[in-house]
Amino acid sequence: MTVATSLTASGDTLEVSANERAYRAKSRRRKVIVLLTQVAVLVVILGGWQLYVGNDSRKIILYGVPSGIASRLHTWVVDGTAIGSLADQIKVTLEEALIGFLIGTALGIVSGIALGRIRFLADVFSPYIKVLNSIPRIVLGSVFILAFGLGIESKVLLVIVLVFFGVFFNAFQGVREVDRNLIANATILGGSRWQVTRQVVLPSAFTWIIASLHVSFGFALIGAIVGEFLGGAQGLGVLIKNAQGTFDANGVWAAMVIMGVVALLAEWFITRLEHRLLRWRPPQLSGPDL
Amino acid sequence: MQPMQPDHSGPPAIDLQGVTKRFTTPSGGIYTALRNLDLQVAPGEFCAIVGPTGCGKSTTLTLVSGLERPSLGSVKVHGTDVTGITPGVAFMFQTDAVLPWKSVLDNVALGPRFRGTSKAEANTNARDWLRRVGLSGFEDRFPHQLSGGMRKRVALAQSLINEPKILLMDEPFSALDVQTRAIMSNELLQLWDLTRPAVVFVTHDLEEAIALADKVVVLTAGPGGTVKATFDIDLPRPRVVQEIRFEQRFVDLYHQIWEALRSEVDIAYAQTTAAQAKEAS
Repeated sequence: MTVATSLTASGDTLEVSANERAYRAKSRRRKVIVLLTQVAVLVVILGGWQLYVGNDSRKIILYGVPSGIASRLHTWVVDGTAIGSLADQIKVTLEEALIGFLIGTALGIVSGIALGRIRFLADVFSPYIKVLNSIPRIVLGSVFILAFGLGIESKVLLVIVLVFFGVFFNAFQGVREVDRNLIANATILGGSRWQVTRQVVLPSAFTWIIASLHVSFGFALIGAIVGEFLGGAQGLGVLIKNAQGTFDANGVWAAMVIMGVVALLAEWFITRLEHRLLRWRPPQLSGPDL
Repeated sequence: MQPMQPDHSGPPAIDLQGVTKRFTTPSGGIYTALRNLDLQVAPGEFCAIVGPTGCGKSTTLTLVSGLERPSLGSVKVHGTDVTGITPGVAFMFQTDAVLPWKSVLDNVALGPRFRGTSKAEANTNARDWLRRVGLSGFEDRFPHQLSGGMRKRVALAQSLINEPKILLMDEPFSALDVQTRAIMSNELLQLWDLTRPAVVFVTHDLEEAIALADKVVVLTAGPGGTVKATFDIDLPRPRVVQEIRFEQRFVDLYHQIWEALRSEVDIAYAQTTAAQAKEAS
């Protein structure tokens, strides 16, 4: 009797693990297929582009061509650009974007939390913030160039203005969304207003703030490039502007590729930061494929 | 050892006199949650409040804790008017209120840390309380890694570590399954015996109320809930929550209190169905 039961039980276990093996093999196969399709899409797009433009020099000037972009990138890396080495241009743009991003984010978090926690401040400043948010802030780039010159200051200011609002609104909303029970509990446990802000409101709002950082870093790069575009001596924006001025579509595309790589690296870094800061959250269970 | 008795000699731990609480609804109307409510709880007394949905049970707790002020009447704790967050009061919420981004140990140590105790001392104390609620070995977990019952234990340790004179509980176990709930109730009684705070325990569940309390207060249906009747529960302590409900005295008390509660539940139910019918039409 006992033997029979255990046999059935082990038979069941075998059956399940066979199923699981089949499932694993299937999901591995699926991953390979997805990857191959992704490569195929890239090949079709780049290949189509290359074939369409071909050796037609008029089309090359208008649209650029993948092989031309690759050789332009190669020249930039090996021989440098017309305005100095490529690494220097990337460094200048990244510096502007990063400084502006850090200051803008810090200002956004501090003011978002202050306005979220202090009703009086929110009531006083909300109309001003709505007005500031509704104007097209990229235009401020011109104002900053006129006021602060062609150096790094004008670009950093433009980046700050672009980054600030996204972070601010998310921090503000994040503070508003904090579970009232958590605040009440911490207050009754003896937390002062500052302690509750620091230990309950801030960590809770961080879910929202982190989400805004992904978008904000994109804005930071845009701000730095547009700032250089409007007036500057160094940086990727200047490279793009010069390429455009000399009918060099390949140069524009090449600078764009570099920007893309930088943005992806930053995205990877922010995701790492997100996992580190939000490791208290329950892992998302994978649902059925839709 | 003689079981401790509620101390009726001095001023009551909690004293509510003629309390009315009105809220302004989002649409601008006035909602009266409590009307002319009188309630006294002696030091060391376990008081359960039962009543239908929306009768102002939870509002009573927020008034005692100082989270809300009464519109009329007086709220006194140990003879002193409540003006802010009442010191020496702990509150256990219906939903989880432990901080999800802090480990179990940090959560329990939160109260002492807020009050300026050194980290080492607070952690030692927190480990002590975790042992008392049976969570030794779980210090480094995050709340989401625990079961619902274990999270309640964390909340209990978090409240009791401050050694409150008054423990307010707002349907603390209502989210748990029936068996876990009975176990938690038992452990609550044992832990309560260690420091003997005055307890106000709000619940829907009359059985739970009788099994735990020295005194059961029945509120009338809202809006404008007030005390309908008070019943002394003379069941001997220590009690075993899972078994006490089979005793004849328990059954008698249940019948008696249910008589008072039933009509209020009917009124509350009629109100909600009427409101829903109105919404639907």
